[in-house]
Amino acid sequence: MPRNQIDGKFLDETKLKPDMEITSTPKHRHKQSHVLEHTLHGISETLERALFAEEISTRPGLFQSLDPRVKIISVLALLVSVSLSRSLLVIAGIYLLTLIFGLASSISAGFFIKRVWLALPFFTGMIILPALFITPGPALLHLPLGLVITSTGLTTSLFLLLRVSTSVSLTLLLILTTPWNVVLSALTVLHVPDVFILILGMTYRYIYLLLHTANDMFLSRKSRVVGHVDGAEDRRMMAAISGTLLSKSLNMSSEVYLAMQSRGFRGTMITLKPFKMQARDWVWLTIILGVASISVFLGR
Amino acid sequence: MIPEIVFELKQVSFAYDGKQPALENINLTVTAGECLVILGANGSGKSTLLKLLDGLYFPTQGTVCAFGKPLSEDVLRDDDYNFAFRRRIGLVFQDSDVQLFSPSVLDEVAFAPLQLGLSRAEVSQRVDSALTTLRIEKLRDRAPHRLSGGEKRRVALASVLTLNPDVWLLDEPTTGLDPRSQSWLTEFILEQREIGKTVITATHDLDIAEKIATKIYVFDEEHHIVASGEPSEILYDHELLHRCNLVHYHLEAAQQSKHN
Repeated sequence: MPRNQIDGKFLDETKLKPDMEITSTPKHRHKQSHVLEHTLHGISETLERALFAEEISTRPGLFQSLDPRVKIISVLALLVSVSLSRSLLVIAGIYLLTLIFGLASSISAGFFIKRVWLALPFFTGMIILPALFITPGPALLHLPLGLVITSTGLTTSLFLLLRVSTSVSLTLLLILTTPWNVVLSALTVLHVPDVFILILGMTYRYIYLLLHTANDMFLSRKSRVVGHVDGAEDRRMMAAISGTLLSKSLNMSSEVYLAMQSRGFRGTMITLKPFKMQARDWVWLTIILGVASISVFLGR
Repeated sequence: MIPEIVFELKQVSFAYDGKQPALENINLTVTAGECLVILGANGSGKSTLLKLLDGLYFPTQGTVCAFGKPLSEDVLRDDDYNFAFRRRIGLVFQDSDVQLFSPSVLDEVAFAPLQLGLSRAEVSQRVDSALTTLRIEKLRDRAPHRLSGGEKRRVALASVLTLNPDVWLLDEPTTGLDPRSQSWLTEFILEQREIGKTVITATHDLDIAEKIATKIYVFDEEHHIVASGEPSEILYDHELLHRCNLVHYHLEAAQQSKHN
């Protein structure tokens, strides 16, 4: 006779209640709340995205081969020129340049464009849409309900859209081609205090760790949920998981502090600063600073 | 020559928040070059003891002396003493994720010697040497949270090895490691023992205890030391091991049949 062992007691499978059998649940499954699925999906997506970004940073390419400090300064210089430029053509030129840099860094244009333009309408669209209609200026297009798109409104919106997309693309180029830990270490070039860099690094590292823990907790919960779970039960479960995670993170933070103390941390950080500038880094830096200056000049 | 006394604990008790006991009336002496194993079940107080020895916790009762000097918060506030103490003692935490807090393996391994004031050239040399010894040169620029359990443990050991401590404190070093990594770790501990380092290992793994220990202390679940002695005395005292929840009766039977 097939038998199961639970907590040391043997149970006959034939004596399991019908509502505990796997075959009895499908009709309830679709009713199950989606909170778990959404949360799991969200966590997995975040972890996968982080993994994918790290994979790109190891590919051979233009940006990957540069000193991270040079990359940070280059991206900052181009960001400033995008913000200062008053010419759509110049901004569009920098955007095109960013796409070319992306291609030279083993990032396909399709992926790069999609990653930026899919999220853009949600954030920028909210601001652009009213600006099209309410910015005073000569009428360009008459729409039903008495709405008028002005040429000034259109120009303003295009400026905003291009500036945001170029800035986001530049930042994305930096973080896709440089591991997060390296970006943080390179912040020393901007005179960010070492202890601040350490805290940022630890925040990223332990968020990642807690995401893994949260994922395991949700999966463990999911593996034990049978049948319909109502909203109230879902909320209770979410609260319990949040509480456990908070308690775990508090415990971990005090342990991490002990581990730092154990290896001599006394409140002041000293780091190795291992970067070395090569000739190609200097050449690149000169070119980019030149491009940024010309862009500001042309777009003034 | 009488060997140096590294640690001397007299009637030490410790309680978390002053009410949750973790150690009760502990008397213990560790001399230089010993390879001591602290055996005990989960929650018996082994990890707490290692933190007391590393000057991270301080006893609620009794005294802990390190290298002949009582250890207290006041003493460790003195920078010179703190640096000298931290240079001599290295603690490898049970949970590598706790120990690996830096953004890259290189930063992690360089952390301790940098904080303790070694020159950058000396730190670089020690880092290279530690990475080579633990065969993790390829992990140099990787983020610690992307590593496997075995790799994390090696990086955690390297992060302490760069200190070149006189005393190693190892908290459950074999937990979560595959057999090959466990065997490698045992070799590593034996090497440290051979070159005269003092190694104190807290574990409930009887296999590693048998391989590395020169002396064993046993904790019961009430946080007391209930026995101490040579591995040959302790590891075959089945009644003791069973009482301290260190063997299951299946294992005990297997061991008995092995001896018979």
